[in-house]
Amino acid sequence: MRVTVIDYKAGNLTSVLKALRHLGAEPEVTDSDLTLVAAAERIVLPGVGHFQATERLDRTGLTAVIRAAIARGVPFLGICVGMQWLFAGSTEAPQQSGLAAFPQQCTRFSEGTEKVPHVGWNSLDVRPASRLLAGVESGAFVYFTHSYKAPVTADTAAVTTYIEPFASAIERANIFGTQFHPEKSGETGLKILSNFLELQK
Amino acid sequence: MITKRIIACLDVHAGRVVKGVQFVDIVDAGDPAELAARHAREGADEIVLLDITATHEGRATLLGTVRRAARELFVPFCVGGGIRSARDAEQVFDAGADKVSVNSAALADPALITAIGSSFGAQAVVVAIDARRDPAAVDPIRDAQVLVQGGRKVTGRRVVEWAREAEQRGAGEILLTSMDADGTRAGFDCELTAAVSQAVSIPVIASGGAGTVAHFTDVFTRGKADAALAASIFHFGVTSSRALKAELAQAGIPMRIPC
Repeated sequence: MRVTVIDYKAGNLTSVLKALRHLGAEPEVTDSDLTLVAAAERIVLPGVGHFQATERLDRTGLTAVIRAAIARGVPFLGICVGMQWLFAGSTEAPQQSGLAAFPQQCTRFSEGTEKVPHVGWNSLDVRPASRLLAGVESGAFVYFTHSYKAPVTADTAAVTTYIEPFASAIERANIFGTQFHPEKSGETGLKILSNFLELQK
Repeated sequence: MITKRIIACLDVHAGRVVKGVQFVDIVDAGDPAELAARHAREGADEIVLLDITATHEGRATLLGTVRRAARELFVPFCVGGGIRSARDAEQVFDAGADKVSVNSAALADPALITAIGSSFGAQAVVVAIDARRDPAAVDPIRDAQVLVQGGRKVTGRRVVEWAREAEQRGAGEILLTSMDADGTRAGFDCELTAAVSQAVSIPVIASGGAGTVAHFTDVFTRGKADAALAASIFHFGVTSSRALKAELAQAGIPMRIPC
């Protein structure tokens, strides 16, 4: 099973690749090969770090090619910053646009009694009918590390609460995103990645 | 609800997990990859592998060990010991670590924290601090001495100000070891942990002194720790992460209890 993993130089891809290989997929990595992405059967956009790093996707022409692939129905999974990039933008880097597949903005957790960033294992409240989270029960734990989060909307596949409820997974048609790291979330995470790999176009 | 993390720590020497009290009377405790997998299976929320030799010759062995341990590990995996440059960190990340822990190299050159964080993200940089209360200081706890070389050498830095600087320079977490408590099994230094945890916004992992379940309850409540490291109490089956976490959950500490 072919999976195209986009490298935009935001963090290390080893863990994501390892998890995909463990599940029997054959990930191919690119940071600029537009032809490869144009022919992708499924796309994973991982990413940790700063939202500004997604500027590289615009500069290399990957944004346009990914947009076209999504329009063709290619399953797309964004992880962490890769999920936030699916939104219009983030207050972390206001001048940098996201893909805007979802029109909202990502914002920072409000400072108060709890620590920011949100780091650790937290539980999912899974909305029914999610294809990405099929077989994952509400209450299952996944691993987070982030300071910015997406709002809960009609396209939210799972809600997690830290300081306030936020979208820990999103899903609409062939577009999927997880704020948490499925590659670091034990059996639950592997199940979610496996669901993504088994999606039919 | 966010849970408190139980982190299994493997001290590695020449490709084997070893256990000894303050690096004396070291005994072989098994294969790192096997033990890492076992801890993950038994419910550890994270695995830390510390290279306690960290010699130049040992680096290649370490990378091989990290690669083997990482292969089937799908929980966060942190590696420390002997990481002196962003290049060292990169090799460890490429071998499969999600985080690196830096200690004396960060004290010698605090810019290292920023260098690693800017390439791999703040979440990937854990600054390890070994601290000992300083009875001569105005505030013996907040001004605890920061030590290096396994507690043998005083640096002149004070624990709270160093933790804050580490955070400002882009550390993602603090791994705080109490040199007073380490190896005693008499409990964590909760006052020290709380002082650091309240001084920074990043998570603080408490280390040193774990001996009973109640010690963990204490450090998560009184000590305000976000995570706790458990090393010696695990390896010989004294208790498993699963058993420990079940008891902590009973005591009202939020825990991830995997199936």
